[in-house]
Amino acid sequence: MIASKVTATQVTAPRLRPAQLSRAGAIVAVLAALVAFPLVITNPAITNYGVLTLIFVAAAASWNIFSGYSGYISLGHAVFFGSGAYFTGIATKDWNLSGSAVFALLPLAGLVGAVLAVPFGLVALRVRRHTFVVITIAVFFVFQLMAYNLQSLTGGTSGLLGPTINFSPATFNNPFYYIALIIAVIVVALSFLIRRSRFGLQLRAIRDDEDRAAGLGVKVMPVKLSAFVISAVPTAMVGGLLWYYLGLIDPSSGFDPLFDVAVVLMAFLGGLGTVTGPVLGALLIEPARLYFQQQTTYIYLILYGALFLVVILVLPRGIIPTAAERISGWRARRKGSTGQVAASPAPAGPDAVTDRASEPA
Amino acid sequence: MNALLRTEEVSKAFGGVQALSDASLEVAPGRITGLIGPNGSGKTTLFNVITGYERADSGHVYLDGKAITNFRPARVFGLGIGRTFQLTRIFPSLTVIENMLIAGHLKHRSRNPLAVSGGAAARHHAMGLLEFTGIAGHAGALAGTLSYGQRKLLELAYVLVADPDVVLLDEPAGGVNPSLINHIGDRIRELNAAGKTFLIVEHNMDFVMGLCHDITVLDSGTVVATGPPEQIRANPRVLDAYLGSETDDND
Repeated sequence: MIASKVTATQVTAPRLRPAQLSRAGAIVAVLAALVAFPLVITNPAITNYGVLTLIFVAAAASWNIFSGYSGYISLGHAVFFGSGAYFTGIATKDWNLSGSAVFALLPLAGLVGAVLAVPFGLVALRVRRHTFVVITIAVFFVFQLMAYNLQSLTGGTSGLLGPTINFSPATFNNPFYYIALIIAVIVVALSFLIRRSRFGLQLRAIRDDEDRAAGLGVKVMPVKLSAFVISAVPTAMVGGLLWYYLGLIDPSSGFDPLFDVAVVLMAFLGGLGTVTGPVLGALLIEPARLYFQQQTTYIYLILYGALFLVVILVLPRGIIPTAAERISGWRARRKGSTGQVAASPAPAGPDAVTDRASEPA
Repeated sequence: MNALLRTEEVSKAFGGVQALSDASLEVAPGRITGLIGPNGSGKTTLFNVITGYERADSGHVYLDGKAITNFRPARVFGLGIGRTFQLTRIFPSLTVIENMLIAGHLKHRSRNPLAVSGGAAARHHAMGLLEFTGIAGHAGALAGTLSYGQRKLLELAYVLVADPDVVLLDEPAGGVNPSLINHIGDRIRELNAAGKTFLIVEHNMDFVMGLCHDITVLDSGTVVATGPPEQIRANPRVLDAYLGSETDDND
């Protein structure tokens, strides 16, 4: 019946090839540059920036897979980060691992993150918005307290020391850099695939109107929980990686509220719920933080706060969506007179609607 | 006559306010049924009870003879009752076409969880409906950027994606301009001619009288009259309870 109304539409036809090609070219170029980076610039002080930045690229992108797409702002991802770190530290000690063998623990650290995320999510995801945020903070402090008090396991306040690593000093950072790069690339690719998938669409529908999504048959709890678990895995893995890289973990650095502040700030600055936004945010913020931290220890904390204010006041949607809007607006204006965008069927079709402006409350 | 959708003595109270008391309604298959009544007479509450967004205190709801009383919204939707909301509930940060795909996500599912949402068939189906309602030109726009009238059309299109047996429209003509009201009315007639059953809550009397085959009148949560438009128009109880007592019926 309605099918008779369907005229040929080109939505399903493949998009413009040149655009696709140039995008693929850009991705290859960026990847090549990232792979070449520590080979070209061998100064360990610089590659150190690379390692830590990539760790935060992975953390921000994986946080965004859950919080950015679903709209549930988690301030408890440090639970996964710290648990990944402690798991790697404890397992390294108990199993007497050293050298590259420790890296083999990282997938297991990811598994630990996933296992923790299930009960955490089942409890926290029963509530929404501010209540959800408060619960994630509460769970975070439970874990931090456990790290302080389960001394036989965590070493208490003195923490856990890593084994001596006998990598060559000149290229010491490189294994860490490449593993962080692999995790970051996988997370960003996964984020891209999820965003355009049915699962991603369901998550974003939940962000807009969870009850309406449920009414349309979206199984909201399984969808939210899956995203929570998926986003916990890489977070725990980079937690383990960071512990091994720094060689020390204690409760205040493992379960660090500033980890969540940093990750949230990165996602907001770049663009919450976009694929590239959190990556951009991490690339901008983490090197700056390291720089300022080396200058004056705690000035970066003030800058975090200031940047948060600026983002919320000036760029509430983040760099990527704002820039995309500017560019498409500019393009539309340039087309302007030549091609009308709207295709309205009736003489006074829906485009002529100029009545009462949208909804209250 | 076998009703496709039927409520039987449905009652619902919010605290001390009796929103519905023993409301019984029948929607015949293939017809357009109007549900009218003064503000606060329980029309939307009855919609909410039918579609599972509110629980009935007592009474029953039947779809095609089977009880669906107090089923969850998703289940009611899956059984073939689609609805729109008075203040449209679209997904503002999804594009128009994504709104269509989420509404049809149960129909078109892939085994691969990471497959691109909505295959070619789903997109083609969605675009057909967007052209039908007249907003295909906005398929790529964020739904939140649509005007109020366009949102109404989007909601109409996306409630049709899942091809429900009964479509419940909550004030499809509310707050939109006259030419668009005609446009919406024509779409409903066209769908109905193809066999779709409608239940429509509406305040616009010309729209209701011109469109509906049967009309049920609610007053203070109770059905006070049922019949074809010309009968309802002449019914003194209706005039008394509703048309006569209220001059400004556009909330």
